[in-house]
Amino acid sequence: MTDQIFHDHPHDRPARLGWYASRLAIYGMLLIWAAICLFPIFWTITTSFKMAPDVMKGSLIPWVDFTPKWLGWKSLGLSPDTIGSESTVRQEFMVRFMNSTVISLTSSAAAVALGSLAAYGLSRFSYKFLWMRNPDISFFFLSQLILPPVVLALPFLVLYKELALLDTRIGLILLYTLSVLPIVIWIMRDQFAGIPHELEEAALVDGLSIWGAFLTIVLPIALPGMVAAFILSLVLTWNEYFFAALLTSTHANTLPVMVASQTGSQGISWWSMAALSFAAIIPLIIIGVLLERYIIKGMAAGAVK
Amino acid sequence: MAETGDLLHVVTNDDISPGRRAFGKAIVWASLALLAGTALVQTLDQSGTISLGLPNWRPTLYAYILFSVCLCWSQVLVRGEQGKRVLFVLPAALFVISLVVFPLIFGLIIAFSNWNLSSPDGRQFNGLDNVRQMWADPFYWNALGNMIRYLLAIIVEYAIAFGLALLLNAQIRGRKFFRVAFLLPLMLSPVAVSWMVGKSMLELRFGPIARLARFLGWDNPTFFSSPEMARFTIMVLDAWTYIPFMMIMILAGLQAIPKDVQEAARVDGASPWRGFWEVTFPLMLPVSITAILIRIIFKLKLADIIINLTSGGPGGATDSVTSFIYREYRDRSNVGYGTLLAMVYLVLIIIFMTVLMKVADRWMRPKY
Repeated sequence: MTDQIFHDHPHDRPARLGWYASRLAIYGMLLIWAAICLFPIFWTITTSFKMAPDVMKGSLIPWVDFTPKWLGWKSLGLSPDTIGSESTVRQEFMVRFMNSTVISLTSSAAAVALGSLAAYGLSRFSYKFLWMRNPDISFFFLSQLILPPVVLALPFLVLYKELALLDTRIGLILLYTLSVLPIVIWIMRDQFAGIPHELEEAALVDGLSIWGAFLTIVLPIALPGMVAAFILSLVLTWNEYFFAALLTSTHANTLPVMVASQTGSQGISWWSMAALSFAAIIPLIIIGVLLERYIIKGMAAGAVK
Repeated sequence: MAETGDLLHVVTNDDISPGRRAFGKAIVWASLALLAGTALVQTLDQSGTISLGLPNWRPTLYAYILFSVCLCWSQVLVRGEQGKRVLFVLPAALFVISLVVFPLIFGLIIAFSNWNLSSPDGRQFNGLDNVRQMWADPFYWNALGNMIRYLLAIIVEYAIAFGLALLLNAQIRGRKFFRVAFLLPLMLSPVAVSWMVGKSMLELRFGPIARLARFLGWDNPTFFSSPEMARFTIMVLDAWTYIPFMMIMILAGLQAIPKDVQEAARVDGASPWRGFWEVTFPLMLPVSITAILIRIIFKLKLADIIINLTSGGPGGATDSVTSFIYREYRDRSNVGYGTLLAMVYLVLIIIFMTVLMKVADRWMRPKY
């Protein structure tokens, strides 16, 4: 009996082996999938530093297979030696970049503002509009999610033409706000439902108005949820291509449209395309790495009740 | 959630003076009259009865915005405390109604007309011609068929996402690194993905995936020449972008399962395999169904990758409905026919999603 305390029982040894094998399998699969996820990004970064022969050889590892050059970034006017001088490409890139930034930030902010208010109202008060009660109103908002963009695209094209909103930032902002609003409401409804309403009751007894209680008591508690909704909206609006391609032409183009318009030309210059793509995705990669937990929180909301 | 009655009971003695109430009603009707008046004047201007030379419909838009603001304001003026509550939902509701319902009604009108934006004739009502054209359009039916194929790919995506979520939920080191790495594809724009992966990495001569395929013994790795292969490539690219989305929802579900349930199964002598199928998987069913439903909704909008990578080719084999309508508009700039196709697609989606949600609802309920 006593030797069992000091030695593994023979029966346990294969189990330990099995444990190591399962560890190995788990880490193996994790690493393989991580490589699948990260390799395209790595490939894009390295390609933007390649010369034509390096691209054709399909070199992989910088400094070993090829010497990195600023070729791709030079064509964008963003390399160290061109950053000081005038560059029309860089100017165009900056205009598109600013368009994307302004449009995605504004529409996400608008969607979070409108969506939070609506979600709060729906989680606290009962409404009646014609035959519609709260569940119907909620469903009305959420059902916008299944509306495919293509249904709205052509009517909007005509409407915007009449309203002189084609190729303007405000036109895209309106549409993007609309397209992320259901997601925001979905996330925020979950957030507000988790906040006990006794908090506001106390505030109301103490003499705050409903809006006062909402702004000073509820909003700070719901802030993490709002950040999650905001970031998720930011990702979706930054990457949106379909509406931008249809409704903008020269002034309000966003980055995805610029990236897409380069690929059509014959004889692609791989290095500048890589640099452009990478410049288009880098803001979101940074957001993804830094604010990953908010994104996960946002997407997990509603999945788990 | 507040299905019946208010969760917050506020007793306020609203003493709204008749003057205030009258003012509240007045601004609504005044702004409505202004809106109607502007719209009427603009319609007359368009039809040439009077000529003001207004270049666009902006004045009507401004009148509409003014009307919306007055409507919101008057809620507070007329109904006091109750109005302040309405103010939470009203802006969002007005926003959605004006941006969805009106364009949809407008879209229904264009759907039954022949309207080439580049021709000077303008819109001509052509009855059911578009419907007949659609009925005889093999490419539209082909695109619908493709959508079904694309939707079926979700099953595989779901299996992979579930596997990855299980891996991330296991006791591992560096979980944060793996979570961020697995999340990144979702952050990339489909346009950049179609360039990075589709054009560059699948390039026949030097693309690393093509080279890998050659190394594995596929002599001529062309990813877009045969219809099946092109469709498969599109599916893989789309899956690559959206698997993280399902994975995170499933991971959240897995983390919400209390640990003692699985421990109880283990104590009772269940193998990990049986433990998964008889404990974890059934518990995950509601989350799984939510994740799959949302994924289906996103899949039905699939277009960016196709437009940028294959533009529907070869021979329409990879077309999704959205990309087909986009090309239809780009090639012929006929908004009428394109809108009809989109409307039919919307109706099909609504029917499909309603049935699906009913089935999912019934399927989920008896388990609990």
